[in-house]
Formats: sequence, C-alpha cells, structure tokens
Amino acid sequence: MPHDHNDSEAQGTISSSGHPYRPDDDRPLTYWQNMEIAVRELLIEKGHITASQIQNQIDTMDARSPTNGANVVARAWTDPEFKAALMNNAAQATRDMGFDIGPMHLIAVENSDMVHNVVVCTLCSCYPRNLLGLPPDWYKSRAYRSRAVIEPRKVLTEFGLVLPKKAQVRVHDSTADMRYIVLPAQPEASKGLPVHDLVKWVTRDSMIGVGKAHAPI
Amino acid sequence: MKVRVHNNWPPGHVRTPGYLRGKTGEIERKIGLFSNPEQNAYRHAPEQRELLRVRFKMSEVWGSNAENPNDVIEAEIYSHWLEAV
Repeated sequence: MPHDHNDSEAQGTISSSGHPYRPDDDRPLTYWQNMEIAVRELLIEKGHITASQIQNQIDTMDARSPTNGANVVARAWTDPEFKAALMNNAAQATRDMGFDIGPMHLIAVENSDMVHNVVVCTLCSCYPRNLLGLPPDWYKSRAYRSRAVIEPRKVLTEFGLVLPKKAQVRVHDSTADMRYIVLPAQPEASKGLPVHDLVKWVTRDSMIGVGKAHAPI
Repeated sequence: MKVRVHNNWPPGHVRTPGYLRGKTGEIERKIGLFSNPEQNAYRHAPEQRELLRVRFKMSEVWGSNAENPNDVIEAEIYSHWLEAV
C-alpha cells in the first residue's frame, strides 16, 4: 500500500494491521530542542564543525551495539588472562581488544550463583554507551530508575529472573564518572563452544544484569 | 572502612543521590581523582576530588522496608560528601 496513513483513515479508525493510528506529533519544539538547533546551526555557520561531521558522530554512536559487549564477555569466558585484565580495568581491557570507547571509565562486575549484579542510573541515564550503544528505553524510565534500588528482586522477577534468597543482589548506581558492564555467568551448556558461538549467548540485558546469558533463540 | 554520607541538601548539580544522604556504608574501592561536578557543571575551574565506591546494605538504606536486608547498593560518592565513622 503506497499510503498507510492517509488523513481520512486517521480520524479515530483502525489501521489495516488492526491498531489505532498514532496522532502526528504536532507540538511546538521545546526550549531545549530549539536550543540544540540554534547551537548546532551557529557552530556550522561559524565554521567550527560541518553537518557531515555531526552526522558521522551520530553514525559512530549508532554503530555501537551490544555485540561489542558480547565479544568482550565471550572472550572473558574463554581467556582467563583477559578476564583478569577486564576485572582489573575494564576500560583498558576493552580498548586493548580494539574497541574505541573514547574517554569512558568502565568497571566490570561478575555474576555467579552467589552474587547477582544489576546496573542502574538513578540520577539520569548513565550507561556504557561507548561500548554497548544507546540504552533501552526502559533503562531511562523513572520506574526502572527508582524501583531498581528499592525493590531490585521484584524488578528482576518482572524480567523473568527469580533469584534464590541465598544469592546477594548488588545494585550498582552509576552516580558519577564510572560506567558498568555485568559479566554474566557462563551457562553450563555453552562451555567448550568457540568464542564466535559464545557471542550469541550474551544478551544486552545480561550485561545490564536484568537477564542471564542463554542459548541463542 | 566505614563512612557516612553527609545529610546536606545544597542546590546545584549534585551527584550524591538523595536516598543515600545520611546513610552509612563501607568503602568498596577507591577509584581516583575526578573533577568536582558541582563546579564543573557551571564551568567553574573544577577541583580534583577523590571518588569512592561505597557499599550500603539495603537494611541501612530502607530500614525495615528493605526487600532483602543483605542485598546491597553500591554508588560512587565524592570524598567531600563522606565522613569517617
């Protein structure tokens, strides 16, 4: 269909795929949206940067994805020397692996049967973007940000993760300059697999700590 | 080493979460020197302050409402917000 959303259809009706049409976002720009456009246009007009440099930066960030972190985790599972380096200084270890993470300071925390780490930023939305790319929307929500420190076990249960009482939950609040990556426990069934297969067992959520590594779906 | 977070409520760009102010925890590790965000956020020449990771028990933070008293919260707190206990 050339036009999925024509005006006559949009009047309170249902689309051909059975969902209500979402209204157009016709609100005026906010103060900060205007400010961003004004600063960006001034920087370009005054010759400090070009539009394509800005686009390149956006492309660089968009190219980062949880796959980067999955490669780090899979290597840590199979290379004890690398794992030691990662636990000692995760930023340096990932740089040495070839990832351009800029000036990011990174700490790796390891999950086991006895300790379960989970990451949140209660103040805003700090996330290891320079390694894993942009955070999921729920990570930035007030509900996750407040509940993760008040009732982490209940939150984890909603993610499908029920932890035994004997395990200690450690909630890491990224309040300042450090960013965190969880090193999930390696599933028994994955032991012995080559690194390029192990990468597929590592999910984004397992590196935030709201999930476990699992067999590829 | 045990430390208590100052129970202060200054205005401005403060990176010490409200729910941890006045609470006592253990230093988990020292991270190093970082620019004080309370100055940095306003383009004032920032002083370098020691940043520490502090581990708080859920029972200390939430009292009898804690979901599981032995679970912990770890957060980065600048040294000028901490006093030895």
